[in-house]
Amino acid sequence: MAEEVLRLSDLHVSVEGTEIIKGLSLVINQGEVHAIMGRNGSGKSTLANVLMGHPAYEITSGEIYYQGKPLVDLEVHERARAGMFLSFQYPSAIPGVQVGNFLRKSVNSVQGESALSAREFRVELKQRMELLSMDKTFLSRYVNDGFSGGEKKRLEILQMLLLQPKLAILDETDSGLDIDALKVVSEGINSMPSQTSSLIITHYQRLLDYVKPDFVHAMIDGNFVKSGGPELAIELEEKGYDWLEV
Amino acid sequence: MNDDAQDAVGDYRYGFHDPEDSTIRFDKGLTEQVVRDISELKNEPEWMTDIRVKAYRHFAERVMPDWGNCEMLNAIDFDAITYFLRSSKGTESDWDDVPEAIKNTFDRLGIPEAEQKWLGGVTAQYESEAVYHSLRDDLEQQGVLFFDMDSGLREHPEIVKKYFCSVVPYSDNKFAALNTAVWSGGSFIYVPKGVHVEMPIQAYFRINAKNMGQFERTLIIADEGSSIHYVEGCTAPTYSTESLHSAVVELIAMEGATIRYSTVQNWSVNVYNLVTKRGIAHKNSTIEWVDGNIGSKLTMKYPAVILKGEGSHAEVISVAYSGSGQHQDAGAKIHHLASNTTSRILSKSICKNGGRSSYRGLLQVSPKAQNCRSKIVCDALVLDEDSQSDTYPTMEVANSSADLEHEASVSKVSSDQLFYLMCRGHSEDEAMGLIVNGFFEPFTRELPMEYAVELNRLLQLEMEGSIG
Repeated sequence: MAEEVLRLSDLHVSVEGTEIIKGLSLVINQGEVHAIMGRNGSGKSTLANVLMGHPAYEITSGEIYYQGKPLVDLEVHERARAGMFLSFQYPSAIPGVQVGNFLRKSVNSVQGESALSAREFRVELKQRMELLSMDKTFLSRYVNDGFSGGEKKRLEILQMLLLQPKLAILDETDSGLDIDALKVVSEGINSMPSQTSSLIITHYQRLLDYVKPDFVHAMIDGNFVKSGGPELAIELEEKGYDWLEV
Repeated sequence: MNDDAQDAVGDYRYGFHDPEDSTIRFDKGLTEQVVRDISELKNEPEWMTDIRVKAYRHFAERVMPDWGNCEMLNAIDFDAITYFLRSSKGTESDWDDVPEAIKNTFDRLGIPEAEQKWLGGVTAQYESEAVYHSLRDDLEQQGVLFFDMDSGLREHPEIVKKYFCSVVPYSDNKFAALNTAVWSGGSFIYVPKGVHVEMPIQAYFRINAKNMGQFERTLIIADEGSSIHYVEGCTAPTYSTESLHSAVVELIAMEGATIRYSTVQNWSVNVYNLVTKRGIAHKNSTIEWVDGNIGSKLTMKYPAVILKGEGSHAEVISVAYSGSGQHQDAGAKIHHLASNTTSRILSKSICKNGGRSSYRGLLQVSPKAQNCRSKIVCDALVLDEDSQSDTYPTMEVANSSADLEHEASVSKVSSDQLFYLMCRGHSEDEAMGLIVNGFFEPFTRELPMEYAVELNRLLQLEMEGSIG
């Protein structure tokens, strides 16, 4: 049996006193790709943020285990160093910080002593950027500063490939991408090692045409109302969510 | 160091001090006789003694500025300060001849190492006078004159006499008067016509003694079509009593010349840093002040450029960091006296832990100056609610053809930025350090790489342990 990476049991999460996630349970094993689909406001992005430890989100009850240990004990950066990664829906701009330096620093922070040497890193970086059709001028630009939507998403995926997470959470990575960019980003996601677990949060099914999920969960009002295989994504795309509502 | 001082400074790594081992130390306090004694000790020409005495009388009569941080200014006890202290018998050109304790200090500050790697010349001042001085042979052969100011006056009195006080008269302000009265040390540089000094020349100013006053005087003349980059650094030990650093810097850029003057000021937080810096730019010349203020208790400093010649250009790029108990009152002054002159001011400040940063600027365009352009950008980053940022911009524009832009912003670090960086494995302190370094990047990229790295490291240290 594959190793368990993430377990949520009866998770309740509030933001400023309002409950957003209402009793969610989920198990993700090593190498599995899970997709969560749902409308805006269903709690998908809240889940992504709470998994990474965003301070604005309060776990009111329930448990999160990552690699068998309670996740709440870890600070945000410790989660990243433990192999969790979030590809942001809206990545923040960090003016004055060059992409190249930032990537190198992040890789060193996350991988610590096992990080690549500067030279190996450059080789790796070049390959990954080619895969994502990113020009090397990216490296001297400031992180997400003045980036188009597509450029931001590519940079997110580039970071994911360099940081080599055990669990990759992709929050609306397909939003705002044209079809060419979507293909490039999908290729990037598919180039992850097979033992990587993924949690893909999306609004539409179209990303799932390129990235095959093992499991699909339909989310409404802070909980999963239906789970299934890849065929559920197609069904949701065709029929919407109304038929799932009680 | 007492506990309060330690708390205030945190991890200031230049806070160490040597035993005070002076060869000549004047009694504390300032009188006309002290001024005359300094001049006599240095065996100066009479005209210099006269200027000193006039300046002293002006200082004694002149009231304290009624603007800036008056509370801090009025707390200065001029009678508690030592105005002259000689620690070494002379200015050496070989580090091995510098007294060992002093040499060790500069070793710890990394000066001899930097000199070997990438500097064209070095002067190292310890208390009142230079203890070490060197200039690369090739620069000397091209006729570049580089001396500590005392030696400059001895070797080239005619040049010094011509330009001394020509850009900053002693009556300019109380502290310029003080400096002119008791000045000691500093740099004297003359770059001949058409000579480009490719490697930066550095001065390092170190205060070691308690209650010390350091009053260096710098004069740089870049003759027609020449260029030079001068860099100064400064540190002091951390004591619980105050020291005073009050320098005057005068720059003269002749036609077509370029002078860049870069400063990384990292005084300990017991130092008053009250400095007058001004340059005069002749036709088609450029003067650039790159001015970083990290340390000190109170800094009041407004690098200025008088754009006297047509087509001349001024840049003032500055950053200020104010932590607990610090007030950085800094800015720039540009006087557009001639037509087709241009200027750019970029000021960035960060305040934290109750620190205060002020931008104080003056932009003047005279009636006869046609088609002048200026752009002023002031950005402040306020890291907590106890800290304060304010701006005092003044514009006096007497010619309607001027094209002026002024932008100002005050921002905070957003929790989204911190979260984003922490999701990439950076601790909260590291994330804050990255954001702060990024904010100062338009400044640090103007510095020689070695300084940029050092500045980023300093700021990173300032961010550590700061977030509750």
